[in-house]
Amino acid sequence: MAATARDLSNVPSVITLRGVNKWFGQFHVLSDINLDVKEGEKIVVCGPSGSGKSTLIRCINRLEEHQAGDLVVHGVPLTNDVKNIEMIRREVGMVFQSFNLFPHLTILDNLTLAPIWVKKMPKKEAEEIAMTLLKRVRIPEQALKYPGQLSGGQQQRVAIARALCMRPKIMLFDEPTSALDPEMVKEVLDVMVELAREGMTMLVVTHEMGFARAVADRVIFMDRGEIVEQNEPEEFFANPRNERTKLFLGQILRHQ
Amino acid sequence: MAVEAVGSAPRTPKVAPWNDPVIRGWVFQFVVVGLVGLLAWYLVSNTIDNLQRQKIASGFHYLDREAGFEIGDTMIEYSPASTYARALFVGLLNTLKVSVLGVIMATILGTLLGVGRLSNNWLLARICEWYVEAFRNVPLLLWLFLFYKLISEAFPGPRQALSGFWGSVFLSNRGVYFPVPLTDPIFKWVGVAFLVGIAGAFFLHRWARKRQDETGQPFPSISAGFGVALGLPIIVWLLGGAPHHMSWPQLKGFNFEGGSVIQPEFIALLLGLVLYTSAFIAEIVRSGILALHKGQSEAAAALGLSRGQAMRLVLLPQALRVIVPPMTSQYLNITKNSSLAIAIGYPDLVASINVTINQTGQAIENILIIMAAYLSVSLSISAFMNWYNKRIALRER
Amino acid sequence: MTDMPVGERKQLAPPVDDSGPLGWARRHLFSSWGNGITTVVLVVSIAWILSGFLEWALFTANFTATTGAECRGSGACWALIREKYRLIFFGTFPYDQQWRPLFAVVAMLAMLIMTSDRRMWRPWRLLVIWSIGSFVTFLLMFGQLHIPLSLFLAVALIVGLVGMSFRKGIGSPLEINVYRALAAIGLVGLVLRWLGVLPAWKLAIAPFSFVETGLWGGIPVTMILATYGLVFAFPYGILLALGRRSNLPLIKGLCVGFIELIRGVPLISLLIMASVMLPLFLPTGVTFDKFLRAQVAVILFAGAYIAEIIRGGLQSLPKGQFEAADAMGLNYVQKTSLIILPQALRVVIPPLINTFIGFFKDTSLVLIIGIFDFLNTANQALVDPAWAGYPGEVYLFAAFVYFIFCYSMSRYSKHLEVELNKGTRR
Repeated sequence: MAATARDLSNVPSVITLRGVNKWFGQFHVLSDINLDVKEGEKIVVCGPSGSGKSTLIRCINRLEEHQAGDLVVHGVPLTNDVKNIEMIRREVGMVFQSFNLFPHLTILDNLTLAPIWVKKMPKKEAEEIAMTLLKRVRIPEQALKYPGQLSGGQQQRVAIARALCMRPKIMLFDEPTSALDPEMVKEVLDVMVELAREGMTMLVVTHEMGFARAVADRVIFMDRGEIVEQNEPEEFFANPRNERTKLFLGQILRHQ
Repeated sequence: MAVEAVGSAPRTPKVAPWNDPVIRGWVFQFVVVGLVGLLAWYLVSNTIDNLQRQKIASGFHYLDREAGFEIGDTMIEYSPASTYARALFVGLLNTLKVSVLGVIMATILGTLLGVGRLSNNWLLARICEWYVEAFRNVPLLLWLFLFYKLISEAFPGPRQALSGFWGSVFLSNRGVYFPVPLTDPIFKWVGVAFLVGIAGAFFLHRWARKRQDETGQPFPSISAGFGVALGLPIIVWLLGGAPHHMSWPQLKGFNFEGGSVIQPEFIALLLGLVLYTSAFIAEIVRSGILALHKGQSEAAAALGLSRGQAMRLVLLPQALRVIVPPMTSQYLNITKNSSLAIAIGYPDLVASINVTINQTGQAIENILIIMAAYLSVSLSISAFMNWYNKRIALRER
Repeated sequence: MTDMPVGERKQLAPPVDDSGPLGWARRHLFSSWGNGITTVVLVVSIAWILSGFLEWALFTANFTATTGAECRGSGACWALIREKYRLIFFGTFPYDQQWRPLFAVVAMLAMLIMTSDRRMWRPWRLLVIWSIGSFVTFLLMFGQLHIPLSLFLAVALIVGLVGMSFRKGIGSPLEINVYRALAAIGLVGLVLRWLGVLPAWKLAIAPFSFVETGLWGGIPVTMILATYGLVFAFPYGILLALGRRSNLPLIKGLCVGFIELIRGVPLISLLIMASVMLPLFLPTGVTFDKFLRAQVAVILFAGAYIAEIIRGGLQSLPKGQFEAADAMGLNYVQKTSLIILPQALRVVIPPLINTFIGFFKDTSLVLIIGIFDFLNTANQALVDPAWAGYPGEVYLFAAFVYFIFCYSMSRYSKHLEVELNKGTRR
């Protein structure tokens, strides 16, 4: 179901990028990025590999450093200042392509680790929050198992719950379903759709265009470090304006 | 095909005994064991024959006889009038002393080198790499000879000894002389206080953990623990009047008297063992850290954990899994390599056994003692490793 | 949402010039305050140490002195090495015949280098290389070889037995019969020989003068002990590993006990055992050549360690391999030698090479029982009173030689690891 275009012009921006540039050695991986993400907005970023889409969202929580331009998250400028970085990471949650669950801890411990040590929460309180979130992603019975004992789809849902335990205002997803077997993609996308419907600000790098059509407010196409085109999903898929966008859509939509 | 009556068990076809794998297996085993037994019987009968012919005694009675040889470095009371048993025990203590010190120092140095090799600083990384390659590719015995000969020949004699720490420590080719506190009854209590302090640190840690679970407040239990473990003995020492009378090394004639000494043999052995084994430990630590998936530190960072917290809670536990097994085998190597002491004259267990064999001629009993001693060390280390592996094994589907 | 003008944006160069040597230095040496200070401290210390060392080792060194007294007072006395290098390299081997150990070393190096070429990794080729190479080596070292009849008979027996089980069901009846005949001749011959019916005939090959093992020394001794230690330890280690993994409890118990026993004690104690206990084990009057005793000790020691490494390789094979081999109807010998071992061995080659490097260094321990390996002959160079007092030069030189051998082997091992992994999915 296509989301109807929402009017977000009066909503404050939670992430602002102005003239953001990044180089890997001589390779210009992010080229003059200008972007405003509004509160509650759901943005899907797509593009061929090497286009810089993963790098873009990893810059937002400082897993990568941008070398020029301004990046502001929730009013906090992202610089080398460690305090700013810590503040931002508390507001921003991230879900990785390879799940990155901590294999030596139980699922419950994975979820409660950050609330206990970063937010200084008492253990009981952290565990209650964790169990609530595990119920939300529909695997509360796995709480005492280890990540190695779960399937890929279950692990990724745990990863989403783990990020949500910190009560972030913004969620970043870096190709969350690319490493999953096809039959498990749906269960993860379902969780993400529910999250979207509850009003979370989401920035998702993915090739799942069905997801984009269902919940995205905006689809952004990146190629070779630049934002080439962005539009509402309906317009984006039906009338791509740029040649490169058309080429890319032609390649991926064949399989959708 | 005939229809079998319902309810009757199927009949297995009879197998000729020589084709039955079970019987074959047992026959094979008995043949092998029989051959081994025959060989053993042959060797044993020859041995008994030879022992009788050369009038060598049997049994362990010699352990009660007077040893009659000097031992240069002893941790406990010993004189040539002591028994062989005591001599061997002194050797065992020396082996343990070198091994334990070697393990601790090699672990520290090896870890520093391993981490240094992964440093951002190109120069530091290369130096650590060259160190590792240099020490790994040369036999340990050569290093021992080099260090020993350098100390005993290149260092000055006692009369021209180098001194440091305002004339209290002396370095010569006879070893390192340093002052030691004179015995005072309070030191026994200081030792007790240290043990109490360690136990106290342990309980402090438990209490802090519980408090954090309940209130969420973290507590610096590691530094506090150190404070308790070290502070308590110091307090006891102060309360006992802070006795600080020392025995100072004084040059008398050709050598020093007083104080305590670390002999060149010991220095060379420990130095060689530590420098050599730390090269191997460096590699183990390095591969343990490299084995960590990059995503683990990223996930920890994305959750807001500080570098220290990420290291302690996420990275180190995983790295230790990879590091501990090969590390324990290096510890075992240090213990076994300490036997090279015999080549530079440090009186460890093998050296004492060697002298005993030469004097009593009872090779078999002595060899059995060596094997029992080293085997108990290595088997306990193996057992520990198996236990550790089982405990930390990552549970998979 | 509007488009951004695309493709017209110029590709900006990175803000800081990160390229070139200056950029490299900035990133790798001076990227932060801590880094910068470390670099400076290291450069200063290295410069200080290195200048002191070079001063001693090169600039004030003496290369031409003819006695120890002349060498005193200046820096390193490399003249000592010049004087004594033949002693250090070849020990007390007769001076005029020292070309023989030299060529023996060359032969062994040639064998090792040929074995490292992957094209030679076929059983028959390896067998040929090693038989010819070993024959040449020992002929040169001993000078004269007397090969007894029993050896020929034993070889016939082994070839016959191996051939029989290997080619069972595969070879033609004629072939199997040839193996049967060989085994029979070997067995019968050995029995007759033992009973004394057949005479003790020896094939004599004697081109040079005989040099007994007591006079051997230096590099050839180290290489022979390490190389043949490993060559013989290899099959026996494989047998131990297979035995340890077997289902037959007695065999497994024997192998486990043996392996743990050997791995639990230091090599020194095994060497002492070998030199002290072996005379007791043998009937009076029978003596064992001292060199052979050391070699046997090294073989026993190496075998246990090799067994553990191979066992690791066997464990890493997926169970399906064993099952597929069984399903094809192969017997134990065929299954193991054709399917299991080739795969397991391929996996464990790098750790095996590391083991070889380890044993190359461990041969230095034989000096405890009076064998003159390379380290011992280097030691001997210091004993001469005319040249006393230069331990640093001799030991550094010896360390350098060891380093060259071991470092090349470890580089080869790393290279091999990369090569072997090219075919596997990472």
